[in-house]
Amino acid sequence: MSTVTASSGSHTEIDAGHPPTSTGLSNEKVAMWSFLGSECMLFGALISTYLLFKGQSEPGTIAPVDVFDIPYTSVSSFVLLMSSLTMVLALAAIQRGDQRLTRIWILATALLGASFVAGQAYEFTVFVREGMNLRVNLFSSSFFVLTGFHGAHVTIGVLMLLSLYSLSMRGKLPSSKAETVELVGLYWHFVDVVWIVIFTLIYLIP
Amino acid sequence: MAIVTPQRPEALAPERPLNAPVRFLRRPTGYTKGVWGWMTTVDHKKIGIMYSATAFIFFLIGGLEALLLRIQLGAPDQTFLRADTYNQIFTMHGTTMIFLVIMPLSAGLANYLLPIMIGARDVAFPRINALGYWVFLAGGLFMYSSFFLGGAPNGGWFGYVPLTRNLPGHNIDYWIFGLQILGIASLSGAVNLIVTVINMRAPGMSLMRMPIFVWMSLVAQFLLLFAIPVITVALFLLSFDRLFSTNFFNVAAGSDPLLWQHLFWMFGHPEVYILILPAMGIVSEVLPVFSRKPLFGYQVMVFSGIAIGFMGWGVWAHHMFATGLGPVAVSAFSASTMFIAVPTGVKIFNWISTMWKGKLTFPTPMLFAIGFVAMFTIGGLSGVTHGVVPADTQQTDTYYIVAHFHYVLFGGSMFGLFAGAYYWYPKFAGRLLDERLGKIHFWLMFVGFNMTFGPFHILGLQGMPRRVYTYPEGRGWDVWNLVSTIGSFVIALSILTFIVNMWKCRKPQEVGDDPWDARTLEWTIPSPPPEYNFKEIPLVTSRDELWHRKYTEDEHGRSVKRAVPVGQPKMAHSEVEPSPAEPHEGSDVVGEQTGEHGEGPGEGHSEEHEEHIHMPSPSYWPLLTAVGMPILSYGMIYKTWAVAILGGVWIFGSLYAWALEPATAPEDTPVHGPDTSGEDLESVTAG
Repeated sequence: MSTVTASSGSHTEIDAGHPPTSTGLSNEKVAMWSFLGSECMLFGALISTYLLFKGQSEPGTIAPVDVFDIPYTSVSSFVLLMSSLTMVLALAAIQRGDQRLTRIWILATALLGASFVAGQAYEFTVFVREGMNLRVNLFSSSFFVLTGFHGAHVTIGVLMLLSLYSLSMRGKLPSSKAETVELVGLYWHFVDVVWIVIFTLIYLIP
Repeated sequence: MAIVTPQRPEALAPERPLNAPVRFLRRPTGYTKGVWGWMTTVDHKKIGIMYSATAFIFFLIGGLEALLLRIQLGAPDQTFLRADTYNQIFTMHGTTMIFLVIMPLSAGLANYLLPIMIGARDVAFPRINALGYWVFLAGGLFMYSSFFLGGAPNGGWFGYVPLTRNLPGHNIDYWIFGLQILGIASLSGAVNLIVTVINMRAPGMSLMRMPIFVWMSLVAQFLLLFAIPVITVALFLLSFDRLFSTNFFNVAAGSDPLLWQHLFWMFGHPEVYILILPAMGIVSEVLPVFSRKPLFGYQVMVFSGIAIGFMGWGVWAHHMFATGLGPVAVSAFSASTMFIAVPTGVKIFNWISTMWKGKLTFPTPMLFAIGFVAMFTIGGLSGVTHGVVPADTQQTDTYYIVAHFHYVLFGGSMFGLFAGAYYWYPKFAGRLLDERLGKIHFWLMFVGFNMTFGPFHILGLQGMPRRVYTYPEGRGWDVWNLVSTIGSFVIALSILTFIVNMWKCRKPQEVGDDPWDARTLEWTIPSPPPEYNFKEIPLVTSRDELWHRKYTEDEHGRSVKRAVPVGQPKMAHSEVEPSPAEPHEGSDVVGEQTGEHGEGPGEGHSEEHEEHIHMPSPSYWPLLTAVGMPILSYGMIYKTWAVAILGGVWIFGSLYAWALEPATAPEDTPVHGPDTSGEDLESVTAG
């Protein structure tokens, strides 16, 4: 009660930095979690489509066993997983107020993410050379659309990380804005987790 | 502990960044008026009005399409419309009424009312709110542009494959991309309103004190949040099939076209509750006011709404009983379909009990609310019959289905929305709608509605299939079709009455803050409300807050008007007894401080603060971002990649400029408000 009385004695403004909220969480964080909940349904529907269709291609056409190179994809999956580690380090750095390490870890995360996307582009090229494309059969249609969607999400994440890096270089990412890094991190970890699901369901389970 | 009014020294106001990004457009300010004021506004009330007005225009267009359909079907063997035209019109009628009328009308009302009802000054992300409206408008105009560019969508509102995969022309492409654009609008709106309700409630406004309209809208927004991505995926797959010849719905390549139906109805059935829940909320606000009783069983109402929200995910396959799902799936979905009638039935009994022994008065909003309860009950009952599989296989694709969903969507949602329109019009416009015209409107609509859609039950049971553009003589369908066509013109007449009524009552009058002697917070502020809604953020001490400020109970438990209302600025520091009627249940926010609550909103220093209330600045970027979406879509449809890339770059550039624009313009002196900087991030993500 004292809070209310005290504040009504001052101005009726909303603090521009940390608006007090009913839950104590910032609006942006609740929004990000809601958005990620929505994304779960998006990937859920895409993954279901793939699982439904992967075995329904016409016999004799290209199949997962013909093309998947599990060691190669394991390496690129490892690269993506490591980027979650650097993301956490970036957040820890900015919360400590260490600008230099913040930048290094953000850039490292972006580079690891970009390596993953490049690896995926290379993988796609190899697959196309081996005779896969969007229209060959049900397996290849649903494989490319599912992994392509995920790749697009990683790309957007890389762009957000590079934006953070550029903000930080221009001195516009003080540690008071650590939550911005945290929110990008939430998105980034989500995209990673989705990849773990995709990698397991699509590459590892025959 | 929620805190209303954070303190923040003026000195910390965001200073202008030295290297501010170069803008090629000067930013609109809080003083921008006229057309640009509307186009750049981020005020949730203006956006709500724009949503409602646009949706009402689409309602007229969708209604005209319905009249064309009814003229064609008024007699056997008509040649008024050709078969292809008929397909386009019925597809657009359904798509319009669902996506461009009922959803945005609910969104408009929620936009306008939710922040006020929970005691907030705006939504959590005002610019994303504006984006939602402009994207909705862009999507609607884009879809309707198909009429001039080679023909409108013609595959039915649920676009079943493989038909929609194989139809030639670009008609279906307009439908696909139009719905994708509208999905973005709904999704951004859902995130925004969810965050607003969860996070921006005034102190004391615990979840179980929220007005029921807020609750039902919240459940609907959650349904949108999880349902939209499912149809997004379905539409993506279909558009890839049409644009890039993938095989998702190519039966020749071994695909199972039922996947479309599963994905579509996994979205489509929650969608049904997205359409009806806000209307249920409206009716639950209107009935208590005109029964002069609190809502019967508030908690049960809330939990039955949530139960509907959950169970709505487990009934989708009842749209597919005729496809041969197998006995196990059919039995499960049959049971769940009948079971979901339970929370719905609970609501109906709660509404009746609310009116029971109340001091009923019957102004127009009350008539529409009672009309809703009656018509929705009929629609609900015919809905339960769909759960009975043997009956359903008989009814599938007949006019019986058409009767059912018009009873729930028109007799339900639209009656509820009209109740809301009459009820809140004084708040929006500053004057009441004319009662006499309102009553004419209601009775014409009530009679016309039952004349139009009642006969569909009989036609359906007699075997008349839906989506036929004509029928031969001698099937016994002639009379009822004629009755229905006459009824549809009675509805048209009732809508005309409504338009005349609004036209007559367009100029504001002194209507007072609270013309209905109502119960919720929106009636504590002026009509129409000022831009900042509340001079002082209210402190909420009970459910039906306004009622308890005005009324108390005598020793016999009857409500009596207080001599001086509590909780008003004049009452600061006077003896304010806690309202005995409502023993502060669920007061997890205010806690035990009952009795002190006169202080919060009551401090009498509101006058000099008016000019210091800072609201977020208007912005061009939501509008500009929305403009890019049809450009991208035209490029995709016609495979003109340059245009598509232009659209993509346009959207991306606008989002980037948006992200770099502070929520509050430094040059906009009276304005710095709820921080929305994280919104920038969100928008980048959404892009």
